[in-house]
Amino acid sequence: MDHFARLGLPAALDLEPATLDRAYFTAQRQWHPDRFVGHPPEERAKASTEAAGLNDAYRTLKDPLSRAVYLAGLNGVELPGDGKTIDDPDLLMEAMEAREALHEATTPEAVDALAAQARQDMQQALAGLGTLFLRHDKAAIRKALLRLRYLDKFAEEARARRTNLQRVKA
Amino acid sequence: MSLLEIHEPGETPMPHAGEASLAVGIDLGTTNSVVAIAREGVPAALHDEAGNALVPSVVAYPEAGGVLVGEEARLVMAREPRNAVASIKRLMGRGAADLHAVAGVLPYEIEPGSGQTDMVKLRIGGKARSPVEISAEILKALRARAEAALDKPVERAVITVPAYFDDAARTATRDAARVAGLEVLRLVNEPTAAALAYGLDKGSEGLYAVYDLGGGTFDFSLLRLEKGVFQVLATGGDAALGGDDFDRAIAERMLAERKKDGLADRVDEAAVKTALVLARQMKEQLSERDQTSGRLEVAGTPSFHTLTRGEFEAMIEAPVARTLEIAANVLTDAGMTASDVQGVVLVGGSTRLPLVRAEVAGMIGKPALTDIDPDEVVALGAALQAEALTGGGDTLLLDVTPLSLGLETMGGIVEKVVPRNTPIPVQLAQEFTTYQDGQTAMAIHVVQGEREMVADCRSLARFELSGIPPMTAGAARIRVSFAVDADGLLAVSAEERTTGVAQRIEVKPSYGLSHEDMADMLYDSLDNAETDMMQRLLAEARVESRRSLLALDAALAKDGALLTTEERAAIDEGRARLEAAITGDDRDAINAAAEALETVSKPFAERRMDRGIREALAGLSVGELESRVGE
Repeated sequence: MDHFARLGLPAALDLEPATLDRAYFTAQRQWHPDRFVGHPPEERAKASTEAAGLNDAYRTLKDPLSRAVYLAGLNGVELPGDGKTIDDPDLLMEAMEAREALHEATTPEAVDALAAQARQDMQQALAGLGTLFLRHDKAAIRKALLRLRYLDKFAEEARARRTNLQRVKA
Repeated sequence: MSLLEIHEPGETPMPHAGEASLAVGIDLGTTNSVVAIAREGVPAALHDEAGNALVPSVVAYPEAGGVLVGEEARLVMAREPRNAVASIKRLMGRGAADLHAVAGVLPYEIEPGSGQTDMVKLRIGGKARSPVEISAEILKALRARAEAALDKPVERAVITVPAYFDDAARTATRDAARVAGLEVLRLVNEPTAAALAYGLDKGSEGLYAVYDLGGGTFDFSLLRLEKGVFQVLATGGDAALGGDDFDRAIAERMLAERKKDGLADRVDEAAVKTALVLARQMKEQLSERDQTSGRLEVAGTPSFHTLTRGEFEAMIEAPVARTLEIAANVLTDAGMTASDVQGVVLVGGSTRLPLVRAEVAGMIGKPALTDIDPDEVVALGAALQAEALTGGGDTLLLDVTPLSLGLETMGGIVEKVVPRNTPIPVQLAQEFTTYQDGQTAMAIHVVQGEREMVADCRSLARFELSGIPPMTAGAARIRVSFAVDADGLLAVSAEERTTGVAQRIEVKPSYGLSHEDMADMLYDSLDNAETDMMQRLLAEARVESRRSLLALDAALAKDGALLTTEERAAIDEGRARLEAAITGDDRDAINAAAEALETVSKPFAERRMDRGIREALAGLSVGELESRVGE
């Protein structure tokens, strides 16, 4: 059973957080191990497995990027494992320029500006994904997701650098 | 298992059909413990005849014989310091190796010969006793109090533990309950229990923070409350920061003052215990007054000490600032800011300190919630959960893992499998592969912590997956699965997917773990995030390059004849350059050398591929070819 089906949700890119939460809470009310205290061991084991499956589904679908990657997988778009070399020349160029800019940013404000730009780019790319899924354009979906994944990683790096800059300052 | 060398009075009684045996909630605290019961959603702490809900977590084995718990034990402690013990919770699940961590805080006399990895034993009242059996005495006293108050047998309980308690400490707590004849329905995290008490009592909804500063531990949790659902979004803490540390600061100051006045005391265990008792009284008085004084008598010589609130607050400023830093990190983890928080619940006796209240309110920007007694709120929440678990209530507690769990991979890098703040129960798996041709075994090393390098994380367990059939490097598919249950206990298994060779272990962390390690690990990860990332990238580059070199060597050994002498020389030179680069710390240099080597060896790779295809096709009929393609 896929994560959407497990939570009784349509397999779609758009998902309101409140809708996901409601579906998740309803399912956990049925399967959480707390509901099976005093039950026979095999029922408790099943509940534990079901509840773990629900937690996995919830975690995967909660974050828009991981949801998009998962949905792409369901649609036959496979991405290379995390941390693999970027094979898209446009993205490679973008990544190199951004990394250089991050390296040169020496104040928390400058790092924040770069992180904000990355977040904005992510929002835009996520918004554009819907159309690509509708067109079943696998190559374009793959390209967009690889870029999103890179942007996400970049935002994380920016956060680490900012923490470091602040500590140096303090 | 070493922990179970306790002589149990009997098997845990089977729960009866339900009606006769009651389920209570127990807050087994560092300084004080409380037992409570809930009926139809209304919890109440159970009091003694004098009307006290708090049972001091002190156990005494007096000269006169017998065992005393609580206030009476505290009196024995003043008289016969060697026959009583306080704050035993700080030693739950710990080995002798951890003791240096608390040696300065609490005067314990360690039983000689306590193993480094087994749980430590103390010498109290002339006998060796484990923290489990000492804690069991507190639980027995609480159970007796509940049975007296309710006039019914009490055999089941929900017991609370700090959110930051590790596997060993959780197991030790369960064992203590069993020794006391209690079946543990569930171990619930203290901040979660406190939120439960607030949420159900006040019907609160929205985002709430719980700031729990107890005698020995600090926890900060962020929860969403919504229609009976208590969802922990993120948690963090320090399992070795609490009111005990404040007492110690005052006690040290007094002992130093005596020394300055020329009183050459031998500061032994008894002197420290006496000073700590006085320090605690002075601390409590400073919550009501601006100044306090006390008389300390050591070895028959009295001394007099005064302390102002301002002086005391200066002494505890640093640890309080640290709790706020942890709180800020938890907010960041949850993707929230202080303004999103609707209220902050204060838990633990140390939150009575005016400085703590003011700082917390200042950080969140709203006055802290204190209308449920901070000493009782955890037990009340536990009682509510005990009723829900036995009576089938509608509340749902969704808790998370406090620290990331992962595996060691090549180059000493940690591959996180279960990130911190993942909802439990959880079952997650990751696939790994072999690194060398013909590799038949793989070491699995389970670690806990937030840092990128294994050396900076805590080792939980090691085992080996053996019997992997020899294959080319990278062909084996080894799936390692992690399962964390609703009580927070971990099990790990590994399987080679192409052949089904499997190994499974229950992870039992050694008792040699210190909780400070956990807190420090989390701290370090924030301090070192950027360095870690660089180190990781460097380590990855090295691993990747070594893998290419191995593959290249294998190819040269097999098909080296395909190369001209010149080509071979170019490859050898590129190879040597890459090997040299790997020994350095410059990631760009490694990557450049790897790329250069790839360029010079490209014609070789192409020629090998051509030859491979020709060989595969040679002498095959069309039919054979088709069946081969279909494979």
